[in-house]
Amino acid sequence: MIWNEQKECMSRDEIAALQSARLVKVVNRVYHNVEYYRKKMQAVGLEPGDIKGIEDLHKLPFTTYEDLRDTYPFGLAAVPRSELVRAHASSGTTGKPKIAVYTRHDIEIWAECFTRCLSMAGITKEDIIQIGYGYGLFTGGLGAHYGAENLGAMVLPMSTGNTQKLIDMMIDCDVTAIACTPSYLLHVAEDLEKAGLVDKVKLKTAICGAEPWTDEMRDQMESRLHIKAHDIYGLTEMMGPGVACDCEFHKGLHIWEDHFLPEIIDPKTYEQLPAGTDGELVVTNLTKEGMPLIRYRTKDLTSLEYDKCDCGRTMARIQRFKGRTDDMLIIRGVNVFPSQVEAALLTVEGTTPHYMIIVDRIDNNDTLEVQVEVAEDAFTDEIRSLEKLSKTIHDKLKLAIGLNAKIKLVEPNGLDHSDGKTKHFIDKRKLYQ
Amino acid sequence: MRIKQVSIFLENTEGRLDEVLKILAQGNVMLRSVSLADTMEYGVLRMIAEEPEKAKQLLKDAGFAARIDEILAVEVPDAVGSLAKVVAMIHEAGINIGYIYGLSIDGDGAPIAIKTDDNAKAEALLEAAGVKTIGMENL
Ligand SMILES: [Zn+2]
Repeated sequence: MIWNEQKECMSRDEIAALQSARLVKVVNRVYHNVEYYRKKMQAVGLEPGDIKGIEDLHKLPFTTYEDLRDTYPFGLAAVPRSELVRAHASSGTTGKPKIAVYTRHDIEIWAECFTRCLSMAGITKEDIIQIGYGYGLFTGGLGAHYGAENLGAMVLPMSTGNTQKLIDMMIDCDVTAIACTPSYLLHVAEDLEKAGLVDKVKLKTAICGAEPWTDEMRDQMESRLHIKAHDIYGLTEMMGPGVACDCEFHKGLHIWEDHFLPEIIDPKTYEQLPAGTDGELVVTNLTKEGMPLIRYRTKDLTSLEYDKCDCGRTMARIQRFKGRTDDMLIIRGVNVFPSQVEAALLTVEGTTPHYMIIVDRIDNNDTLEVQVEVAEDAFTDEIRSLEKLSKTIHDKLKLAIGLNAKIKLVEPNGLDHSDGKTKHFIDKRKLYQ
Repeated sequence: MRIKQVSIFLENTEGRLDEVLKILAQGNVMLRSVSLADTMEYGVLRMIAEEPEKAKQLLKDAGFAARIDEILAVEVPDAVGSLAKVVAMIHEAGINIGYIYGLSIDGDGAPIAIKTDDNAKAEALLEAAGVKTIGMENL
């Protein structure tokens, strides 16, 4: 079902005209209201008047994570503090998280975007939906929640951490839809199979995101749970989940181009690339008031297709994600950078700066192991002090990245550090096709 | 009396243990006792060698984290409850025991290695109570 046909099925000409008008407005807003953006534009000799439409987009400087870090926490806010009603955050490469702030209107647009996604997945106000994303600074829980309420569906705000309760309520309440990470849904499927409860479940639709997944995972979910599964995309910096979603034809994720202006660039030359060519996805907020980002580099590698979809929607489709241009790992839906692990380890006495992160997926659960070299002088003959060291590392990491890692202490020089640029992680999961 | 114990960190006990023993054998180091304490992830191998300094150096040269600690070697009388008495004595004096293991050396009773956080005090205590301790020369 198409929630907002007037917008979702506009002609390409109408989309371009709307985007141009909105781009001019947002550029004016950030130029006049955000000192950081004004200086950035001035540095390249740009004035708001130079941007007359989307054809001038390429003239604008990019926004990167570093810009968010330099302006942390509210330096990119484009409205007075009193207009902001919420903030969300996700991990940054070091220390400070990436923060996004929202006005009431931004929250409404977010709900609208998420509602379009739910509707695209065939979910209606007749559905009972479990939200299995974390509620909190993470955008997943509240983003999905507001979207589902806006749709009129009945929401069970499960959050994360209690699969047994999720399953019990799924059965008791005749839950028909679920929003969670794809790996978690497969984990739920496994538990349902083990308990012989798959037939008791009324689930019809899943809308999964926060981590990349493959067609093979979709096939598994759909056949094991007898459901339809849809992929939803988003990022905290731009808004949260609901930026794009795939329809029943699964030909890529329709991005809501009336609110987000996507482009693909060559991550090395920064040139814009034509449709169908792989590169880095760059997105501009067209309507966001709280903290509109101009040409934000997502670091996600993909391509865009613009032809009309069989579903009737005209909005561009983000193709399969091919990977990332940085070393960000998404573990259990949480963004983790090796540099965060490194920074945390530096605070633990008795370890060397050598470490290795090993991520795997076992029984559809992401596993995280951090191997740390014990400093030669920190080794003791007592197991309990080594266990204490291991626990200290675990706790520091938990604080830094919000995940429980299995800590493996290794011998001094036990890890390969033949050259200074040794890769700090091994990802054994097959997330990209 | 106290004896010197060489200990090393073993990241995975299976393959590495073999390597350690080979290194020591090739270096002509005589091992009198060996005790392996391991967890799911790693282990600590504790050894009583005739030439502890040499053993430590050989292992360090081979890249192991090795260290030497002093431990108490106690000759526990061959009678039911005598180890319990020894442990209780140390405990009641407010001394913490890190670990205990049996030593495979000849003696009158059962030779036991005890690591405490105050070996000197524990030793004095035991000797005063008539419990014999073993020194390096008795190995
Ligand atoms: Zn479509």
